[in-house]
Amino acid sequence: MITFDGVSKRFPDGSLAVDDFSLTIPSRTTTVLVGSSGSGKTTLLRMINRMVDPTSGRILIDDEDVAGLDPVKLRRRIGYVMQNSGLLPHRTVIDNVATVPILEGVKKSEAHARALELLDTVGLDRGLAKRYPAQLSGGQQQRVGVARGLAVDPNILLMDEPFGAVDPLVRDELQQELLRIQRDLSKTVVFVTHDIDEAFLLGDQVVILRTGGVIAQAGTPAEILANPIDEFVASFVGADRGKRSLHVDPAHTSGERGERVLVDGGGRAVGILRDEAPAPRSPGAVAP
Amino acid sequence: MNSLLGALAWLGDPVNWTGERGIPVRLLEHLGITSAAVLVAAVIAVSLGLYIGHTGRLSFLVVSTTGALRALPTLGLLVLFALWLGVGIGPVILVLVILAIPPLLAGAYAGVESVDRGTIDAARAMGMTEWQILTRVEIPLGLPIIVGGLRSAVLQVVATATIAAYLPIGGLGRYIFDYLPLRRFEPVFAGAILVTLLALVLEGVFAALQRLTVPKGVRILQGSPAARGGSGRARVELASGSPAATAHAQGASGPPQRRSDSVSAENSTSLPTQ
Repeated sequence: MITFDGVSKRFPDGSLAVDDFSLTIPSRTTTVLVGSSGSGKTTLLRMINRMVDPTSGRILIDDEDVAGLDPVKLRRRIGYVMQNSGLLPHRTVIDNVATVPILEGVKKSEAHARALELLDTVGLDRGLAKRYPAQLSGGQQQRVGVARGLAVDPNILLMDEPFGAVDPLVRDELQQELLRIQRDLSKTVVFVTHDIDEAFLLGDQVVILRTGGVIAQAGTPAEILANPIDEFVASFVGADRGKRSLHVDPAHTSGERGERVLVDGGGRAVGILRDEAPAPRSPGAVAP
Repeated sequence: MNSLLGALAWLGDPVNWTGERGIPVRLLEHLGITSAAVLVAAVIAVSLGLYIGHTGRLSFLVVSTTGALRALPTLGLLVLFALWLGVGIGPVILVLVILAIPPLLAGAYAGVESVDRGTIDAARAMGMTEWQILTRVEIPLGLPIIVGGLRSAVLQVVATATIAAYLPIGGLGRYIFDYLPLRRFEPVFAGAILVTLLALVLEGVFAALQRLTVPKGVRILQGSPAARGGSGRARVELASGSPAATAHAQGASGPPQRRSDSVSAENSTSLPTQ
């Protein structure tokens, strides 16, 4: 469990990134911090592993104040995945994944064996192990980033817009992959994004932030969709534009089996209404 | 001109003409003076440059020292130091160290500074200590530029080490300084040519060294921008035995890896996991 207790952060230039922020992040679930730029979401994330120290307030991991922990030791037991993978360009994929275990004194052969298993976990071909990051696609680099984040088998995984720089198809694939990994491993994931759809897909708990790290609304995706607390949230999730209220449009109902086409408040066809939920997508079935 | 002739007249002592003052000995002396000066300067300037580059503190030192130290006239400084410390190897090394500091300092600083901030941030976030960030990320990635500073320092020092003969210490400068007053221009010219050749050889060696220090992963990044997107073309370039691939055979991909292209790998989620 991660607890923010009245946390504020004022940067040396005087700007107040986060003001009196309090939140509890339950263990073994995914919490998504979502907001536009300037909402302080990345600052909040980076306070958990002490990449940023708060000006006031406390951050507790399982009731232990992180301010009293050695930053290096703390960071080594927390996985961190960032937007542009942050891979070391001069090291191969396998060396990148094994970096922290080797720093922690794990034997190289053991660390490499574990790194190969992690490539399986994130859905990468083991044949890529000796490649350099520059030889991988953006999506592959992000997978390596996730594998590296998991390398020390951390309880906590911090993800800072990890899928922000890849194209939509690959992003979709990576999101499904993360859901699958989370089903298997049940980490405490803190995920930062500006994409509300991504937040609703991945988050058990979604925290919508206004400028300055103020919580506009926190809850499950269903709670937020059903009851946007104010106009800001309604606008952020797209409810005010009718994006979230769907109806069956008789004019569009067609096809041999009489598929009922769903249309959103803006008149845009968004999908087909079925009586049964589709079978869960297996990762391999994802479009290329 | 008279004082110069006087000093040179002393240099004209027959003892200096014997066989053990031959070219090999002079060459070794010249290299010895050069490496001693560059080594001392490197200990000072490279550590300082790495510190400044890593912490971002004292960066004004790089600008001010590189400008100010370069403006100092080396020969004038040598005379000054000789008057102060007495004639000997000390003043020579001292002026050459001062000459070598600016390029070494600038190279070390610029090398560390050139490393992508995102890479350093990621290294810190995953739990590297500041020392590990410096030695495992910043130095390996900045090494080509750091070596570039060394290359420039060596070149300047090896050419200027000729003035070691002025004091008179050894080195190839002795042929120039020893024979000029005797109007025996043959050895003077020979000395000048030897110094030039030595400088050119060292320049070639360090240029090669600089290329060798580019990490393979970075060379791929620079060499073929297409590799970033994971296109097949980049892989073909690599597999077809480019210098980058052959130079680091142990890291180069074997045939099975060459066959697996990025597209199939991207979809490899469908493969059974062990």
